[in-house]
Amino acid sequence: MRFMLLFSRQGKLRLQKWYTATAERDKKKMVRELMQIVLARKPKMCSFLEWRDLKIVYKRYASLYFCCAIEEQDNELITLEVIHRFVELLDKYFGSVCELDIIFNFEKAYFILDEFLMGGEIQDTSKKSVLKAIEQADLLQEVTTNPPPLPWRVGVSVLFLYKVITQIEQIYDIWLEF
Amino acid sequence: MSDVVEKTLTALPGLLSLDSQPGSNKLSSSSKLGSLIRGITELTSKHEEEKLIQRELTSIKEQVSSPNTSMRQMKELMVRAIYCEMLGYEASFSYIHAIKLAQQGTALEKRVGYLAVSLFLNESHELLLLLVNTVLKDLQSTNLIEVCMALTVVSQMFPKDMIPAILPLVEEKLNHPKEIIRRKAVLALYKFYLIAPNQVQHIHNKFRKALCDKDPGVMTASLHIYLQLIEENPEGYKDLTTSFVTILKQVVGGKLPMDFSYHSVPAPWLQIQLLRILCLLGKNDQSTSEIMYEVLDESLRRAEINHNITYAILFECVKCIYTIHPKSELLEKAAKCIGNFVLSPKINLKYLGLKALTYVVQQDPKLALQHQMTIIECLDHPDLIIKRETLELLFRITNAQNVTVIVDKMLEFLRINKDDYTTIDLVGKVAELAEKYPLIHVFLSFGGPLLPENGKKIWFIETMSTVFSVGGDTMQPDIPNSFLKLLSEGFDSVEEDRKLRLFAVDSYVSLLQGEPGKLPQRFLQVISWVLGEYSCLRADLEVDTVLRLLAKLLDMKTTSSETKSWVLMAMTKLCEGGAGVSVARGVSETYSSSLDTVLRQRAQELQHLRTRSYEPGCYPDTPAWSPWRMISGSPLKEKSNIMLVSRWISLSFLDGFVSEALAAGAAPYKPPHQRQEELAQAKALSLEPYGLSLPISMSSCSITDRQSPTLLSISSGLSGNSNDLSHKGGSSSLKLDGVKRVWGREGYLAQREPAEESAHVEVPSTLRSPSQQGGADGSHSQTPTHTPTPEPELEKQQLASSLFVGLGSHSSVCLMGKSEPTPQRFRRKARSPASSSGASKNISNSLVSPTITVDTLMCNNLLDSRITSEPDVSPLDQTPPLSKGLAAASGSCDEELPDSDVKGSSPSLIGDDALVAADPAPHEEPPKDLLLSSYLPAELSGLSHSEIIPLSSDQSLDLSACHVQKEGDLVLVVFIYNSSDSDIQQILLELDSEELEVSCECDGAVGGARGHSVAVCQYSLSVKRPSVHVELVGTVSYQFPVGTPQSVQFSYKLPLSSFIRPLTLSTEEYGAMWLDFSHDTKQNLTLISDDPEPLAASLSVLKKKLQLHVVEIIGMEGIVACRLLQDQPCLMHCRLHAGTLAVWLRSPVPDLPDCLMYFCQRALQEH
Repeated sequence: MRFMLLFSRQGKLRLQKWYTATAERDKKKMVRELMQIVLARKPKMCSFLEWRDLKIVYKRYASLYFCCAIEEQDNELITLEVIHRFVELLDKYFGSVCELDIIFNFEKAYFILDEFLMGGEIQDTSKKSVLKAIEQADLLQEVTTNPPPLPWRVGVSVLFLYKVITQIEQIYDIWLEF
Repeated sequence: MSDVVEKTLTALPGLLSLDSQPGSNKLSSSSKLGSLIRGITELTSKHEEEKLIQRELTSIKEQVSSPNTSMRQMKELMVRAIYCEMLGYEASFSYIHAIKLAQQGTALEKRVGYLAVSLFLNESHELLLLLVNTVLKDLQSTNLIEVCMALTVVSQMFPKDMIPAILPLVEEKLNHPKEIIRRKAVLALYKFYLIAPNQVQHIHNKFRKALCDKDPGVMTASLHIYLQLIEENPEGYKDLTTSFVTILKQVVGGKLPMDFSYHSVPAPWLQIQLLRILCLLGKNDQSTSEIMYEVLDESLRRAEINHNITYAILFECVKCIYTIHPKSELLEKAAKCIGNFVLSPKINLKYLGLKALTYVVQQDPKLALQHQMTIIECLDHPDLIIKRETLELLFRITNAQNVTVIVDKMLEFLRINKDDYTTIDLVGKVAELAEKYPLIHVFLSFGGPLLPENGKKIWFIETMSTVFSVGGDTMQPDIPNSFLKLLSEGFDSVEEDRKLRLFAVDSYVSLLQGEPGKLPQRFLQVISWVLGEYSCLRADLEVDTVLRLLAKLLDMKTTSSETKSWVLMAMTKLCEGGAGVSVARGVSETYSSSLDTVLRQRAQELQHLRTRSYEPGCYPDTPAWSPWRMISGSPLKEKSNIMLVSRWISLSFLDGFVSEALAAGAAPYKPPHQRQEELAQAKALSLEPYGLSLPISMSSCSITDRQSPTLLSISSGLSGNSNDLSHKGGSSSLKLDGVKRVWGREGYLAQREPAEESAHVEVPSTLRSPSQQGGADGSHSQTPTHTPTPEPELEKQQLASSLFVGLGSHSSVCLMGKSEPTPQRFRRKARSPASSSGASKNISNSLVSPTITVDTLMCNNLLDSRITSEPDVSPLDQTPPLSKGLAAASGSCDEELPDSDVKGSSPSLIGDDALVAADPAPHEEPPKDLLLSSYLPAELSGLSHSEIIPLSSDQSLDLSACHVQKEGDLVLVVFIYNSSDSDIQQILLELDSEELEVSCECDGAVGGARGHSVAVCQYSLSVKRPSVHVELVGTVSYQFPVGTPQSVQFSYKLPLSSFIRPLTLSTEEYGAMWLDFSHDTKQNLTLISDDPEPLAASLSVLKKKLQLHVVEIIGMEGIVACRLLQDQPCLMHCRLHAGTLAVWLRSPVPDLPDCLMYFCQRALQEH
């Protein structure tokens, strides 16, 4: 994987992780361009793009877009699942994660990502062990983490929304079949 | 893992005490970041945001540099700095403090420090050197979390030169008791390997140890390294194949702990990694490939849940199967898989299906044929990504016959595309295609008549014009260069070249008369060169006009100075004769004082040449402006020519160097867009053993070599035939002598020698003529409905026929038996009465191309092969025996197939096909049907049999045959009638078929036949590979007591429907089976609408004609089942839908649904 981006529907960058050395200016340019392309795409469109010499895999969870750049020989579908697993991890850690969790605790999201992907390769696919590693580190720090302070716990869980929407879509598809 | 915590907690007791008031601290820190974030969201303009962030950054800056700031506060400040950077504001002052934090902070602060460092800096940043010591210290720490952090940061970014400093420590970690540390160490080493491979060479054996690690996580991590190593040197790791296969087997078999499962699929990431490795190992290596066949099969079988993750595995499997040494069984399954992807309603899967098709289509064009309608749909998909991928696929199946349509589609896409990258890529491809097939026979409309010669040139020039104007200045610079090279070098005939150039001149002059300001610079340069060089070819074109047009370019503001210099050069060439003096003088005067040196130089040249041509006595005898002089070349002309041409074509002074380099083994130069294409091909999978690429490359190389048009047409024939050739034994030697020249300038050359005919009898070949194929495909794709087809549908089908022309496949059926007919043996004029069915009428209305229906094709195949000895049979001569045959056939059906219940005059399927095989011109009276039927074996005589058809005969033997439908069997009965007076001792009969399994009930040897008596042979047939019509080829060899051995050959064709039997099952059984079957096809068929109960009526027709079993009819839906002999089920689901019968067929057997659909359609149409 070359990089992973996380941005909102409004085009605000929420997270970025680069796994290959890229100049700061290029990063900015790529992020801007990519956001534009991905945000312009309609919901029923293909989640894969060919962009420059990269393959882009993106997925939308409620108001958040997760976007990965992979290389020619990489598998698109498994990348979609990498994204999904990451969301599951975030969800589990924050307890139904919403965009605000990621905004206010973005460094935590980074820690989880680092524990999940290392050098652009998936490191641990087991949800349990990733979170264990994070929580152990957290334990040293904040005994009283959970639940996080209230003010921003008003957002809706992105994973929950995603699941609901997917289910509605599935029902719709089944309905269309008949 | 919890023991890690315990250890850490005991090791660092001080840590927690520092955190004694975490709550308050956290709140204040979060609230600072929180208030910043909230502050930003409340802002309304970008400008305000900028101000706020700047203020924030200043305050952060102050605080970080203050000596009183604690590490704890520093941590919080870093988080805010990261946030500001993420918003796009630079906070470089904090970088050094991030490093300091990583160095001095406690474990937790360290974590933020490391995070900040990894986000702020990249591998080459000089500040990173300051981090090395910290990392070293942390790697040696007893605190596991610190070690983890150090390993993480090391794998994220670490200065290359400093790797040796920490390498021993990381290596040491490979033996760490904790798997998490071992895993991270392996991944860190992987990263090192990527950035500095030679640094880690010495520890390769340690990787092996990691591969054998007892923890699956560590083993998985080590596979990343192996993938990389094997990619670089597959030979070195062949010995590991068995290990990888074993691991994969265990994973697939569910031997890993549940922890590693993802959505109940065992370790999918690991599986994919292993498949990728196997793919690399098995490439071009038969013995290694053989080791993995079993596990690949297993993986395909296991991946059954409908989830992305299983599709991901399947996709990787398919890729692997097509890359390694092929195994037909697996290939079949993989093809089926690709089909599932392509047909999936999920857009992501469809996209990957197209991608997979693109990979394999060169090896297996028939796959593209199978999915042609889906491909057409994708071509019109609203999602540009899908469209783009489809074009990529089409690009790979381009041949001389469909090139225009495909190029059209590409240009269409280019006009709406906005992405530069895609434009450059696609423009390169269009140019490549246009240049590859510049003067080949092309069609403009769908399978329509051949264009006049001129049309082809217009097409070439216009396509290139579009390429230049759409491609603009971003395209590969070699595209215009090679275009000009093509123009200037010409093809074969001087006259043709002249015409081509004339078209170019005409077209460019009219472009310049339009709005040249809109044209890209590159295009203008091409135009100027062409006009300068060739406008003299058009005698009625005044030099003045051209000069003025060119001068207009010089005046435009947008014209670059490079273009201007091209224009000036063109003018120089034009003025040489002394014409257009006034314009030239004006221009040269203007530019003689230009600031641009090159332009000034050109203007000087122009001026000089202009004045020189006035010199008296220079060319006393020729008019100043004479085409003759331009072409034959005045000295000046030649000089400028050399000057210009050499600029694009060759730098001849480098030739020596180049040839030396080539001799030394350097790769010959290829233009970038070609290279890019090769790269793409390299990415695509190659399937050496199939040798399929050979004919294709043959054709392309003869084209690029610019051989004579005849050669071109042969090679185009070759590419059409490639599949056939290679499937017949996969020999790499091309039997060129066997391949007739099918294409001439005037189109298809109908005359074919009987010898070749017989060579092709065995396998219906796909050597087709474009026009006929166009017709054939067109008529085949008409199959869906009997009622008038809706417009868009029709358009799609026409498009399909023009896109997939020349992509013939071998005998296996694709869509509706598309590849079955053998049009090269078909004569256009011959029309059988069968073609008067409604379908053909429909087609004749809708198609411009020759109207050939399936029926006629089928009939004529056989007809033709029989009457090659009398090539001049006129259609009228043929009709009477045919209609007689038909009457006889349907008559005999009524008599002899009582249980098929065909009444009235409508020819039944079987009757119809009996006609197909009927010999229209028997050499002598064969024994009468009735007579022969009395020879039917006793156990068969009670059953219905088809008409007894004379097959073949010579002076002493008459062969006839019929087939008898038994309940669980189909028996072929061959009658051998000895028409001579003497006895024959030994008769041997051999049967062979591509599609059928033949088992003999009389072991081949018939024994003897007395004079004027009949010997009978029985064969039991079952279907190996479904196809609309299946054909048997047989040889009877015999010998008279005195005389030489002789043999008679024959072929017998029968419809697949004879092999269909009802399948009795319950609705529940049906439901269970339905889901298991993977091959399916859907189509709307004509309904029998004159009945009050259309569904029931339609189904009963199908039941009668095709012997299907109607399982149940529920309201608007009906389910039907049947089996193909011996025991291959096919299920059908029908539904009334908008006045048609929506039929969905499913079967585990490939092609069976398609074939059956064909018969259902015919059965309903003929009702």
